[in-house]
This record gives sequence, C-alpha cells and structure tokens, in this order.
Amino acid sequence: MDLAKLERRSEFEWRVMPFGRMRVPGVIFASEALLRQMDDKVYEQVTNVAMLPGIVAASYAMPDAHWGYGFPIGGVAAFDPDQGGVVSAGGVGFDISCGVRTLHTGLRHDDIEPLKKQLTDTLYHAIPAGLGSTGAIRLEAAQMDAMLRGGAHWAVDQGFGEATDLERIEEGGCMRGADPSQVSEQAKKRQRDEMGTLGSGNHYLEVQQVTDIYAADIAAAFGVKPGDVVVSIHCGSRGLGHQIGTEFLRRMVISAPGYGIDLPDRELACAPIRSPLGQDYLGAMRSAINCALANRQILTHLTRKVFSQLLPQSRLPLLYDVSHNTCKVETHSVGGRPKELFVHRKGATRAFGPGHPDLPEALREVGQPVLIGGSMGTASYILAGTRASMQRAFGSACHGSGRAMSRHQALRNWNGRHVVDELAGRGILIRSPSSRGVAEEAPGAYKDVNAVVDSADHAGLACKVARLEPIICIKG
Amino acid sequence: MSAERWEHFPHEADMGVRGLGATLERAFEQAALALTAVVTDPATVTPLERVSLACEAPDTELLFVDWLNALVYEMATRSMLFSRFEVRLQGHRLSAKAWGEALDIARHHPAVEVKGATYTALKVALQPDGAWLAQCVVDV
Repeated sequence: MDLAKLERRSEFEWRVMPFGRMRVPGVIFASEALLRQMDDKVYEQVTNVAMLPGIVAASYAMPDAHWGYGFPIGGVAAFDPDQGGVVSAGGVGFDISCGVRTLHTGLRHDDIEPLKKQLTDTLYHAIPAGLGSTGAIRLEAAQMDAMLRGGAHWAVDQGFGEATDLERIEEGGCMRGADPSQVSEQAKKRQRDEMGTLGSGNHYLEVQQVTDIYAADIAAAFGVKPGDVVVSIHCGSRGLGHQIGTEFLRRMVISAPGYGIDLPDRELACAPIRSPLGQDYLGAMRSAINCALANRQILTHLTRKVFSQLLPQSRLPLLYDVSHNTCKVETHSVGGRPKELFVHRKGATRAFGPGHPDLPEALREVGQPVLIGGSMGTASYILAGTRASMQRAFGSACHGSGRAMSRHQALRNWNGRHVVDELAGRGILIRSPSSRGVAEEAPGAYKDVNAVVDSADHAGLACKVARLEPIICIKG
Repeated sequence: MSAERWEHFPHEADMGVRGLGATLERAFEQAALALTAVVTDPATVTPLERVSLACEAPDTELLFVDWLNALVYEMATRSMLFSRFEVRLQGHRLSAKAWGEALDIARHHPAVEVKGATYTALKVALQPDGAWLAQCVVDV
C-alpha cells in the first residue's frame, strides 16, 4: 500500500481523511511493515465502506486486513439505524459466524507425546473434514428450524456437550432474533447433512500447546499456563451460511437503487436496517450464527469423545468461542452517549473489555478472550479485550494472520506432501483429505501471525495473553 | 478469434474463474469448467449423469454469477462434480445442462469447497479480439 495516501496518527494507527463520497474517515491499525505489505485493494475497500449510509465514526481495518469482497477481510464498521444506517450481506460475508473455539484438556504436553500418532489418526477419523464429508446426524425440517433458533443451546439439548459450555460462547450460545422462516429451503437443503462437519479451505481442528504467557493475571483467569494442551476448532455455518450469503447479496444488489443507495461496489450490497429486506436478512443471518454455534458445539462433543477414549484423565471445558463474520446489535459510546449500533465484523473478532455486561461472570474482571488462529505450523494466540479496545474500533480486534498471497501463487510455491513432511519433521502432525488443499494453505502463504498480533497489542485493540503452538492439525 | 478456454486468475484470499469463447454461451460453459477446476482436475470427472438448470437475472453479469451459484448449489446438494456443460441464453434467461458424476474423494482429491460465486472482479464483455469473456472471483 502507498503510505503517502495515509495520515499517521500514531505508530500503529493510520487514517484516510474523507474525500469524495466518504462520510467518515478510514482507519487502519497496523505497523508500518504490515501496512506496506497490504494490497492497495484494502485501501480502496476501506474507503468504499466509508461511503455507506449511516456509518458511524470510521471505517476500520485490522492489522490482518486483506483484499475481501466489498469489505476488506479484517474490516469493522458500525451503522446507526436512526441515521439511515444499513445492514450489509457483503459486510458479513459468505461464511456467516465462522469462528474459533478453544477447549482446555487438563493435559500437559508430556501426556500427549506417547499417544500423538494414535490421537491424530483417531481425531482424523472422528472429525468429518473436507469437501463431500457428511455429519452423523441428518436434520429434518422441524429439527432444522429448532437448530436455527437455538444454536449451541439446541445442540446441548440434543446431548452434544454440557450446559456449562454455553456461558463461554458469545450470546450465551444462542443468537436472539433468529427467524428460520427467512432461511430459504435451498439453504436448509444445503445444510441437511453438514451438521458437525469442519468444511474445507482454512478450517481446521488443532491440538496445541501453550508456549508463552504475556499477561500472568489474565492467563490465570483464562486457566492457561505454559505446557498446557488445548484444542482449537475453526469453522463456520457451512452450506447454510454460504447459501444465505449468496441469496441476500443478490437481493440487496438488485434492490439497492430502490432504497436510494448508490453502491460503490456491488459486493457492498446492503439494505436499510429499517426496511423489510434489512429485517429479513437479520433474521436469516442470525439463524446462520446459530447454525455455526451448533456446528462447533457438535464438533466439540466429537472431540471430547476421542479424548475420553484415549486419555481418560482429560477434561475438555470450553475456554471461549468467538465468531468472525457477523453483524450484531451492540451499545457503544458515541460522542459520550450510549447508542445502539449494528456492528459489522468481517474477518474480525469482538474484543470486549473488562466490566462489559455481556461477558460471563468468571471473565468479566479481565476482559473477553480473543482467539487468534494461525495457519498449519504457525503459532496461534490468545488475547484479551481491554478498556481501550472499546474506544478503538467498537471493541474489535484481528482474527488471524490473514493471507499474504493467493492460492494460485501458493500452489506454484509448495507441494502438499512436502509441506506435511516438513511439518512432521518439526513434530507437527497434519492430516487432510486434500494434498492440494494443504499446499494452498501452506504456512508461508499467510502473513506473519506474530507481527499481526503485536500490532493488535500495540494499537490497543487487545492485549497479548498467551501463545500456542500446534502439535496436531486436522485440516479441512 | 481465440479458441475456447478457461483459466484461473489470482485473488489474495480466493480464486478467480474466467471463461473465454466465441459466444457468450461458450464463455459461460468454459467458466463453469474453471469452477470445477477450483475443486479438482476436470479431466478426472466422467460426464455420466445429466442435471438441468435454469436461472434468470436483471442483467448479464448478475446472470453469470447466478449460473455459477446454481452449479455450486447442485455440486453441494447432489455431492457431484461436473465436467461438460451446454448453456443456452435467451436475453437474461439461461437454461443449461451439466453432465458429471458423484464426488469420489479417493479419485477426485477435492482441494477445496466453493462457498459461492461473488461480484468481485465480475466482468462479462466482448474482447477486442472478438472473443467473449466471463469472469468473477469465487469464495472458497
């Protein structure tokens, strides 16, 4: 990105002052080095989002921002319904509520080592991964609607996991305001056999070990210490979310002129929050959030079964579950006054600070866990929301390392078999149904997650708590 | 005039699909092959079973995205891959036949699942050399 177009506000905050049709500034949080690597498309997309009706304060990009659809991936924007604000299917994305959850295991690295290969193979067998894999349950119409209304609550009622899991999930595991009648039959059909599946692309299940602690008091509250083994699951709302995204993007593109919205990019398709289409989308999108929460809950259950079979002494309570691609109604301070806003996070994590009423009691003192996924072979991080993060970008932080090159380029640079062998040499076991998928997702195709997390920490978006390294990775 | 062909073009997070042909119909068919090639080598997919599709949109570019999304939907719900296509266009109305077979993980080694076709880098246009081009980025 050409830095001359930006105004530097601090070491980690850069501004695009409004020009043309921009209603608010653009703000990018990143180190100079990360910013230089960012595609110019991020600049273009940040400024496009700033043109949308009813946007509040600024159009934000997180340190892992890269070229997305309409919104950059790593984009955050809040809209005020009283100011003609919009809800955007493009601003949420196709994989609605894609997210990460991390489970404790109660195990130490030494407990895993003798069983590592067996654990890897058993997890790979138990967790449906990759294109064409199906889940163990098939949902008929009535169950489908109950799942879309109930989210992880529904899953727990069906015997997948524990009621105590729910308080460690955003929205207590159930997104209110879901309206399954706004979810098309096509979307439901796409989901019928996909409950409890990981999907493909960058989705994974990893067994990880804690290597470093940066904030001892917060780490203690989160229950992590060096040498601990945890499990992280990254996946989303599967075919249902993709189909809802596809259908509403189309409806919003076609109806935008009728609402007097001149879209700077078709992919920014949106509708006024206070319009029938805006409300229909919110009902469908919230159903997809519940689908993602139920899906991660079922995968949690499958993971626990494997661990209890091989390592009976293990216990896998949920540390936390975060969602990346969402639009949520939240109260934020605007001009010193509380205001209800529709906050879009596209490839960005909510990062509520200490004292926030939406946090479970056990975490309220220290702030929300922010789970940052790496890519095979690279580190993952646990961060925490801070009081400052509420003032930066509506309590938001980065979500991962973010891609640094296209799949196209990655295929030219790497061979799947070699990637698996090289990681095995470093003690990291990979299982994936697709060798080409592994090459496309090679660790080197991503930005340096350490640099991304350091920028998020220095910019005050969230504070670093712990670093995790992979031991086993089941890749979708 | 250039021959019918398909290709991929890079997008930072995902993949672009592009079809070129003497007519709009052929360009749409070639782009569908490019879509299959995101998942697997189209040469490994035997055109055994036929599926009929139809869609309609306010303009040709939206119709192109609808066409690819109709295929994404059929691939997902039938668990099939397609390797032969026959597209007919009447104004902004499309009817098509697609031939393919059931996904076989051991034989097709699917790389990735396509979530949906997007409006990013979307273009349907007549090229200076007289060939039609149809392209967009697909989310994977």
